[in-house]
Amino acid sequence: MNAHAPIRIAIGHVDDIPREGSRVVRAGIMEIAVFRTTTDEFYAIDNRCPHRGGPLSEGIVHGGFVTCPLHNWVISLKTGKAQGADEGCVRTIAVTVDAEGRVSLDLPANLAAAVAA
Amino acid sequence: MTQRLVVIGNGMASGRALEHLIEAAPGRYQVTVFSAEPRVNYNRIMLSPVLSGEKTFEEIVTHPEEWYETHGVTLIRGKTVTSIDRERKTVETADGIVAPYDKLLIATGSSPFIIPVPGKDLPGVVAYRDLDDVDAVLAAAEKGGRAVVIGGGLLGLEAAAGLKMRGMEVTVIHLAPTLMERQLDPAAGWLLEQEMVQRGIEVVTKANTKAVLGDTRVEGLELEDGRVIPCSLVVMAVGIRPNATLAKSADLNVNRGLVVDDAMLTSDPNILGVGECVEHRGQCYGLVAPLYEMAKVVAATLTDTEAAYTGSVTSTKLKVTGVDLFSAGDFAEGRDREEIVFRDAARGVYKRIVLKDNRILGAVLYGETADGGYFFDLLRQEADITPERDTLIFGRSFAGGAPLDPTAAVAALPDSAEICGCNGVCKGAIVEAIGAKGITDLDGVRAHTKASASCGSCTGLVEQLLAATLGDAFEAKRVTPMCACTDLSHADVRRLIVAKELKSIPAVMQELEWKTSCGCAKCRPALNYYMIATWPDEAVDDYRSRFINERVHANIQKDGTYSVVPRMWGGVTTAAELRAIADVADKFAIPLVKVTGGQRIDLLGIRKDDLPAVWADLNAAGMVSGHAYAKGVRTVKTCVGSDWCRFGTQDSTGLGVKLEKAMWGSWTPAKVKLAVSGCPRNCAEATCKDFGVICTDAGYELHFAGAAGLDIKGTEVLCRVATEQEAIDHGLALIQLYREQGFYLERIYKWANRVGMDEVRRRIAGDHEGRAALVGRFLHSQTLFQTDPWAERVAGHDAHEFSPLATIQPMEAAE
Ligand code: SRM
Ligand SMILES: Cc1cc2nc3c(=O)[nH]c(=O)nc-3n(C[C@H](O)[C@H](O)[C@H](O)COP(=O)(O)OP(=O)(O)OC[C@H]3O[C@@H](n4cnc5c(N)ncnc54)[C@H](O)[C@@H]3O)c2cc1C
Ligand code: SF4
Ligand code: FES
Repeated sequence: MNAHAPIRIAIGHVDDIPREGSRVVRAGIMEIAVFRTTTDEFYAIDNRCPHRGGPLSEGIVHGGFVTCPLHNWVISLKTGKAQGADEGCVRTIAVTVDAEGRVSLDLPANLAAAVAA
Repeated sequence: MTQRLVVIGNGMASGRALEHLIEAAPGRYQVTVFSAEPRVNYNRIMLSPVLSGEKTFEEIVTHPEEWYETHGVTLIRGKTVTSIDRERKTVETADGIVAPYDKLLIATGSSPFIIPVPGKDLPGVVAYRDLDDVDAVLAAAEKGGRAVVIGGGLLGLEAAAGLKMRGMEVTVIHLAPTLMERQLDPAAGWLLEQEMVQRGIEVVTKANTKAVLGDTRVEGLELEDGRVIPCSLVVMAVGIRPNATLAKSADLNVNRGLVVDDAMLTSDPNILGVGECVEHRGQCYGLVAPLYEMAKVVAATLTDTEAAYTGSVTSTKLKVTGVDLFSAGDFAEGRDREEIVFRDAARGVYKRIVLKDNRILGAVLYGETADGGYFFDLLRQEADITPERDTLIFGRSFAGGAPLDPTAAVAALPDSAEICGCNGVCKGAIVEAIGAKGITDLDGVRAHTKASASCGSCTGLVEQLLAATLGDAFEAKRVTPMCACTDLSHADVRRLIVAKELKSIPAVMQELEWKTSCGCAKCRPALNYYMIATWPDEAVDDYRSRFINERVHANIQKDGTYSVVPRMWGGVTTAAELRAIADVADKFAIPLVKVTGGQRIDLLGIRKDDLPAVWADLNAAGMVSGHAYAKGVRTVKTCVGSDWCRFGTQDSTGLGVKLEKAMWGSWTPAKVKLAVSGCPRNCAEATCKDFGVICTDAGYELHFAGAAGLDIKGTEVLCRVATEQEAIDHGLALIQLYREQGFYLERIYKWANRVGMDEVRRRIAGDHEGRAALVGRFLHSQTLFQTDPWAERVAGHDAHEFSPLATIQPMEAAE
C-alpha cells in the first residue's frame, strides 16, 4: 500500500450535520471538525485553532469561514488559513459526499498513522 | 485706575452679568460680591432635580471656587448686606463689614411669600427658594409621612413631584380652580392635574389655608372649609415678592420692585439693579430668560456701552420629569380673539393657540411641546400667520406643505429663532459659534454659547442644529457601523427592523443590503437578538447565530471543557440542593467547585459530552440553568433582610427571589445583574448593578445603570416606590425598555447614558400606562422564552451538539 495515499473513511450522513454548523469526528487523540455551509458545501479541518487550540467546531459559521469561540480568530474552511491580521493555519482534510448523501473523510496516511499510534 | 464694583446678591442674574462684564472688559473693575447664601453660585432653576434626587448640588454649580479665583472676584459668603450709604458710597453687612464702591449692583432676587396664617413659623414649615430650603425639605422627607405643598404653580408642582420621588405622600393645595392658572388655560391645567393624580399626588383645588397645626412642630394643615390634613411638612410655594427692602431703605425709587430704566440704572446713577428684584417698565419677572437679557445690558452700561433693555415676553416649561408642558404669552379669551385647538385624548395631547388679527398672542401646549419654540418665535416676531393658518396647530413640520424631518425643520428656522429659552440663545448665534469655534459636538455648543447648558430641555434641538449645520461631518462622527457587513449602525438596524417589519435574519440582510451573504460572528448574534426581542411571537430563534455558550447553555473554558452554574434564586439554597451538587461533582469527577461572585456555585471543567447527564441530575434536584453564559438575566444578589437582620427594613431576600423568578430566561442586549439590599447599608451591593433595590422603612428605592466590571459606576436613582409589587413592575418595565432599545452587547448603563437617564425615568417612573404596557410586553415574551434550556436538552433537544459524529477506531484507520 502506498504510504502517502489518503485513506477514505465514512463518517456519517449529510443530515447529521446542521447547516451553518459542525460536528466533531474523534480519531484517537485527534479531533476533526466537519462543517456544512448554508449552500451545502462540506469541509473538514483540525478541531484546533492555530491561536491557542480553541475548538473550532464550536464557532459561528458564516459563508466559508468559522469564527473561533475563544478569541474570535476567523479561519477559512477551504484553506485553513487565519484571516485578516492573524497568522496561522490549520490542516484541511478532503471531504467527499456520495450520491446517497454519505459523508467520508480522506484521511492522509500520516494522520491515519498518528491515529493508529 | 480700576474702579470698585460691589455686587449685592450672588444669584443667577448677577452671575450672568459678571460673566458678560469680565468678557467685555477684564480687569476694569475690582469686583466684590456679597452673598447671603454660604456657597458659590449655582443654577437655582435646577433645585428641583436636586430635590427629587435626579441631580446632586455639585452638578448644578455654575461658578465653582476656581471661577472666582481665576477672575479675581472676591466672594464674601454668608454675609447679608443690611445698609447702603449712598453719600459715602459704601455698603455694610449685619456684622459690620464695610465695603466702598464706585459702582453698585443690586441683585437681591426675590423672597418667597409666606402666607400669614397661624402656625406659619412652626418647625416643618419651609419655603422653596434656595439650597437651604431643599436641605430642610430633604431632612423632613427622610422621616417619611405626608407633605402638603401650598401652591399649585410651577414651583409648587416641581416640589410636589420631587417629594413624591423621595418617597413622601404628597398633597397639593391650590387656591384657583385649576393648576398653574397663570401659565395654563383650564383645559391644560386639568390635564396636568390628572397627571399629578396618576403619580399618586393628591390635588385639592379651590382650597384656602386657614392655619398650620401643631404644638412644637407641624402636625397638620387646616383649610378654610374645616378640613384637616395631617402632615409632617408644609412647603409654601405661593409666590415671590421682589426683594427690594434694602434698596428702599437706601431711599432708591422702589415700587413693587427696585425701579430701573432701560440702561438698568436705578434712580442713583452709580447704582444698577438686575434680576427678580427690579421693576422695569412696570414689569417684574420671575423667570431667568428676561434676567439674562438684563444682565447683558448691565455689563454694557458698566463698560459705558450703549444698550437698552426693552422688556421680555416669557415662556414657561415645567421641569417635572415626564411632563411636557409649554406656555407663552397671553391666552385669556376675548371678544376680538380667536383660538385654534387640537386634542388627542388617547395620547393626552392638548394644544391651543390664541390669535388676534392673525397674529399669535399666546400658546399652550400639553403632552407634545416640540413646537413650543416655533410658536414662541412667531409670537415674538408678531408674524402674520395667515398663509399657514390651516395647519398652524400641527406645528413646524406641517407649515408650508410636506412634513419635514426634525433636522430639516431646524434647518428651516430663521436665524432669530430662539433655541435655548433659559439662556436666550438663538439659532444664528449657535450656527455662528459652530463655524467660528470649530465646534463638532454638544459639549462644544454648551461651552461656547451656553445653549442647552441650563435646564437641558433644548438638547435635542441643539443636536439637530449640529446635524443640520455640519451635515455629514456630524453624522459621520456618530454612526459606527454594526460590523464590516453593513454601513448601518445598530440604531438604524433596530429602527429598520421595526419599520420594515423584518422578521428573519435573511430578510434583514436582503432588505438592508448586507455586503456579505451570511453575515459574520459579530452581526449574526446581534440580529438574532433583535429578531426575538422585536418579534417574540414570529421570529425563529436561530441557534446557529448564537455564540457557543448560548447554543449549549454552558460556559466554554479555555481547554474546551465547560462550566455549569445552576440558579440559586436570590442566592438562597438548601441542604438538598447542596447535596445534589456534591453528588454531581463526585459522579462526574468535576475538578473544581467554586462559589461565584454572584451568590451561587460554579462547577468547572465538565466535558461537553457529560453536560446533559449533569443537567439531568441537577434538574432532578429541582435546579435549572443559571444562564451564567447568557446575554440575559444572570443573578439577583440579596442580603438577609428583615427576616433575620436587625437592621433589615423589608424582605430583601424574598423580593430578590421574586424578581429572579419573574425575569429568568429572558434574553437581553447584554447581561443583566440585579441586587436587593434590605437597608441602606447595602450588603448586597445594589448600587453597582444594572437594576438594584435598596429597601427603606418607607418602601423601596429603585436604582439602575450601575457598573462594576470594565467600568465602575454607581447607580442612578430611578424612583422610590411604596410596595413590593411596584418595585417588581418597575424592574420588569426597565428590562423591557432596555430590551427594546439597547444595542447588542450594550450594558444597561451604556444604554441609559445614550438615551438619557431622564428619558428612562420618564418612561419607567413617569408614565404609568407606558410602564404597564412595557410590563405586559415583557410578561408576554416570558410566556414564550421562560423555559429551562437544560431540561429541554436532557429531553433530547439538539442532541447532536453533545456527541461526536463518529469515533474512528485506531484499528479501522490503520487498515
Ligand atoms: C464565574 C464568575 C467568577 C467567579 O468565579 O466568581 C465569572 C466568570 C466569568 N465572567 Fe464575570 N464572572 C462572575 C462574576 C462577575 C461579576 C460580579 C458579579 O456578578 O457580582 C462581574 C462585575 C459585574 C458586572 O457584571 O459588570 C463580572 C464582570 C465580567 C465582565 C465585564 C462585564 C462588563 O460589561 O463590564 C466580563 C466580560 C464580558 O461579559 O464581556 C465577564 C466575563 C466572564 C466570563 C464569562 C468570561 C468568559 O467569557 O468566559 C467568565 C466565565 C467563567 C465561567 O465559565 O464560569 N465578567 N463577572 C462569576 C459568575 C457570577 C455568576 O454567578 O453568574
Ligand atoms: C425651585 C425653583 C425652580 C425654578 N425654575 C425655573 C425655571 O424652570 N425657569 C426659569 O426661567 N426660572 C425658574 N426659576 C426662577 C429663577 O431661579 C429666578 O428667576 C432666578 O434665580 C432669579 O435670579 P436673581 O439673580 O434675580 O435672584 P437669585 O437667583 O434668587 O439670587 C439672589 C441672591 O441674592 C441673595 N441676597 C438677597 N439679599 C441679599 C443681601 N442683602 N445681601 C447679600 N445677598 C443677598 C440671595 O440669598 C440670593 O442668593 C426657579 C426658581 C426656583 C426657586
Ligand atoms: S443590607 Fe441591611 S438588612 Fe441587609 S444584611 Fe446588610 S444590614 Fe442587614
Ligand atoms: S484559540 Fe481560537 S482565537 Fe484564540
